Amino acid sequence: MNVVVCVKQVPDTTARKEFLPDNRINRAAVENVINPFDEYAIEEALRLKESQGGSVTILTMGPPSAEDSIRKALAMGADSGVLVTDPALEGSDAWSTALVLSRALARLDYDLVMTGMESTDARTGLVPAALAEQLKLASLTYASRVEIADGKVRVNRQIPGGYQEVEAVYPAVVSVVKGVNEPRYPSLKGIMAAKRKEIQKLGFSDLDLPADSAGKTGEKAKAVEVTPRPEKPAGEVIRPDSPEAAAGAIADFLQAHKFI
Amino acid sequence: MDFDLTDEQVMIRNLAREFADSEIAPRAEHFDKHKEFPYEIVAKLADLGFLGLPVPEEYGGAGADTVSYAVAVEELSRGDASVGITVAAHTSLGTMPFLLFGTEAQKQEYVPRLAAGEMLWSFGLTEPQAGSDAGATQTRAKLDGGEWVINGTKSFITNSGTRISGGVTITAMTGTREDGKPEISNLIVPTGARGYIVSRDYDKMGWRASDTHELAFTDARVPEGNLLGTRGEGFHQFLTILDGGRISVAALSVGLAQAALDSSITYAKERVQFGKPIAAFEAIQFKIADMQTEIELARLMTYKAAWLKDQGRDFRMEAGMAKLFAGEVATRAAGHAVQIHGGYGVMEEFPVARYWRDVKIGEIGEGTSEIQRLVIARLLGL
Repeated sequence: MNVVVCVKQVPDTTARKEFLPDNRINRAAVENVINPFDEYAIEEALRLKESQGGSVTILTMGPPSAEDSIRKALAMGADSGVLVTDPALEGSDAWSTALVLSRALARLDYDLVMTGMESTDARTGLVPAALAEQLKLASLTYASRVEIADGKVRVNRQIPGGYQEVEAVYPAVVSVVKGVNEPRYPSLKGIMAAKRKEIQKLGFSDLDLPADSAGKTGEKAKAVEVTPRPEKPAGEVIRPDSPEAAAGAIADFLQAHKFI
Repeated sequence: MDFDLTDEQVMIRNLAREFADSEIAPRAEHFDKHKEFPYEIVAKLADLGFLGLPVPEEYGGAGADTVSYAVAVEELSRGDASVGITVAAHTSLGTMPFLLFGTEAQKQEYVPRLAAGEMLWSFGLTEPQAGSDAGATQTRAKLDGGEWVINGTKSFITNSGTRISGGVTITAMTGTREDGKPEISNLIVPTGARGYIVSRDYDKMGWRASDTHELAFTDARVPEGNLLGTRGEGFHQFLTILDGGRISVAALSVGLAQAALDSSITYAKERVQFGKPIAAFEAIQFKIADMQTEIELARLMTYKAAWLKDQGRDFRMEAGMAKLFAGEVATRAAGHAVQIHGGYGVMEEFPVARYWRDVKIGEIGEGTSEIQRLVIARLLGL
């Protein structure tokens, strides 16, 4: 079972985000980390490797610094990495990201492509399905459980109020939700071994794509405006005289807001 | 000149930081309050390879450098100094003596298990009447029928009394040299050796979750082969061991000081008095600026000492300066932190009270600040 995990480097979720004039996040201004949702995909891929054999390859598109995210995944136990980096790819939207990843995947040997359900920066959640579309593979999104059996991949697909059981012949694209597993820490031996593992670098010219298919020139979706989330209004502070009054006040509040 | 950590060092720092934030810090209050050794945390650290961090790969370690080790101890100590000293003592005092001075057979026998964290190891130098004055060592060992027979007491021995303590390497007087001075050698004493008793458990002011015991040797017997390296080399050996240990204790103090600073900044921004957060007042800002400045200086000195060691160069002076300065900086930082927290600073529900209790040992353990000054002065030829 060879798994390619598509990983995105994102600004640290706790960092205060700044935006460039074209409404993209200024990545240089913040600490960047592996998209937390992708860590679940990496962990799931490592578990598949441990139970089924095979290999785990990390694929990312991003600036040269995205190599850090690949290194961390290698330290967790992935075998090799592919970094697609090129100034021409800067500003790619979800569709062209999927297009670029699909072209990089064409050069790799895989049984499954795994991703996190979305990235914590743009949060479109479009790439997994767009990737499956580009690759002409089945798309199994929002998986909360992943199982390989009888030449098929089966997942529990999270939907409001429950889950669907979905299966497909692989190769296929699987996106996982938070909580599908508990991602491991990289070990110290893993960290020391990571520097000896190979990271292949690809540029735009390696992808055999028309010049206007990715980056700013290829964008189909455009961020037209960025509005900061409004400050949370201050909560109502009640200072009751007694525990009974406090309980009453809480009950009144819950009732008024139709919680009880 | 390059002040940046390498990619590996950054990854090790991030791992230690993440682990400290999610696994250590949230439980530090509990372990401190109940004076409980954090077995589960130590087991997880062992799984991740932290108990053999600077040990060469051929002996089962991660093969990381001393800078990485210092960075890791710093970050772990930011979460809990007790965890920091457990790792530091096991590594610098427990494992390093085997690597530095052990025979190949001794290295093969002990180091892989120590690096894997299957057991902890300790180093026994201090006695009721001897510590930095090691010439006053009263523990004696005599050869008898192919065994060393040991009599004496060791005080304040870290990691010696846990369920996973494998043993202790002790200094003992093994005879008298030609010049009339005591001949000191190091002996390997496994837990369970006949006549070796882990006795008193101390009730410490700080580092309460770390294990510290008194050790009693009453006609304790170990095989003759348990001599560490060469007979009569004990004095030189432990001086070298302590030189290395100072780097990790300095790192521990830096981490603890950083924790005190982090708490102070958070609190100063939240605490409102006279209509504004107290962070807006210069009286608070100056304290915080002093802490930031001193901590960064202590960190730089610590990393420099570690870097020199990695270069195979003489690091004794720098290690002494790092431990001296970091220890005193951390004590000041913890004092400022309590002061900034005001009344809450003396309440155990805020971590700064624990920092304040933990911090003082950094000026005492593994050579007091006064001993560091002596070391520095002697290296200056005074």
